[in-house]
Amino acid sequence: MLTRRIIPCLDVRDGKVVKGVRFRDHVVMGEIVDLALRYRDEGADELVFYDITASPEGRRVDREWVERVARVIDIPFCVAGGIRSEADAREVLYAGADKVSVNSPALERPELVRELADAFGVQCVVVGIDSLRDEDGQWRVRQYTGDPSKTRALRRRTLDWVDQVQQLGAGEIVLNCMGTDGVRGGYDLEQLGAVRARCQVPLVASGGAGAPEHFRDAFVEADVDAALAASVFHSGAIPIPELKAWLAAQNVAVRPAAATKVVSA
Amino acid sequence: MAEVVLIDAGGTNIGSVRYALSRLGVDAQMSDDPARIRAATHVILPGVGAAGPGMARLRASGLDAVIRGLDQPVLGVCLGMQLLFEHSEEGEVDCLGLIPGQVRRFADDGERRVPHMGWNRLKTVREDDLSQALPDEPYAYFVHSYYVPQGEATLLAADYGVPISAMVRHRNFCGMQFHPERSAALGAELLRRFLDLPAAA
Repeated sequence: MLTRRIIPCLDVRDGKVVKGVRFRDHVVMGEIVDLALRYRDEGADELVFYDITASPEGRRVDREWVERVARVIDIPFCVAGGIRSEADAREVLYAGADKVSVNSPALERPELVRELADAFGVQCVVVGIDSLRDEDGQWRVRQYTGDPSKTRALRRRTLDWVDQVQQLGAGEIVLNCMGTDGVRGGYDLEQLGAVRARCQVPLVASGGAGAPEHFRDAFVEADVDAALAASVFHSGAIPIPELKAWLAAQNVAVRPAAATKVVSA
Repeated sequence: MAEVVLIDAGGTNIGSVRYALSRLGVDAQMSDDPARIRAATHVILPGVGAAGPGMARLRASGLDAVIRGLDQPVLGVCLGMQLLFEHSEEGEVDCLGLIPGQVRRFADDGERRVPHMGWNRLKTVREDDLSQALPDEPYAYFVHSYYVPQGEATLLAADYGVPISAMVRHRNFCGMQFHPERSAALGAELLRRFLDLPAAA
């Protein structure tokens, strides 16, 4: 049976892994390849690299580190940030990334999602959605969240955007719930559940993990396919092997962390 | 010493497969030169993308006939595996016909999400040099929307509501639906076993 995935997210800025609180005040966490290898060894199922400064500054993802990661890493990884065209995506995918994730550029020009799906197949195309609940109770999409001074609140409702990107050819959706991000109080189960009901492709929860129970709740209550987190992994607050062992004991199907090491010639 | 050639069928994962072989100490070359492909000890057909364009590309370059004539071990990965079969529902395209069987689309019956994306457990259906004595927790990474139902050629299967072919072999033609280059130590082990198959089938 298909297992639920645990995905450390490495926010990349200027070639380093960083993490901020509520998308602000970023602190350097470490070197990209070192952290990627550490998570591979700990049993991470997949890695996501977000170049969080790429979109606001109109800068492309620097291809060099993508290739360095691809040479050493034997689990899947996704690259996000600054992918605005088929050519941008091609460069990153041929450098060795398994998927590309588009967010702000897809909001500027939704046809980008279709173009990427046609060129590379839906399995390569992830759409990242930054979403926040407004005072009228509606969840709406935010754009250019990598830089607080450039972040824009859109009129576009999150649930409508979820429908649209699937029609265009998204093969996976990462829902980043900004209201719970970085404060470790748990994933936004209400919003994830609402999106899950509209989402036929794999759904990844993002924003709010602070304890093993939060992962279980996202998998069991919101029925997400994968859960993404950053600070709790980077800080060592939640070791992935222990998280997976605990989830397995809670009857959540996960790939055992030890499975990466059990091989004989 | 294995002389491994990767056939470029337009898939974006060809670099990743090459790096995986490099981690096993094998310097694989990419080629579309028939003479070079025929001279290889092992041939790998990676592939990510759609069956129609993949087959069109092989036909346009005449590589479909070259692949059909190979008698050394040939490994198709993901779409590359599907192309070894007779026919694919993806674009209703005739494939290479080297392994009996059909490529189907996952039924849209609400039983599963498509694509099948993530780590799934492998079950041994038939033991041979490639599939015998797997480790206790054999999980592999899959990403695909079309599948080959478990059948005669299936060595390893996975369960996604329906039993799907995860690894197949028919004569010298082998296939992995999962991505060995992205399946951690298990993927490396299965690639190594393929490279250990004798060059003369």
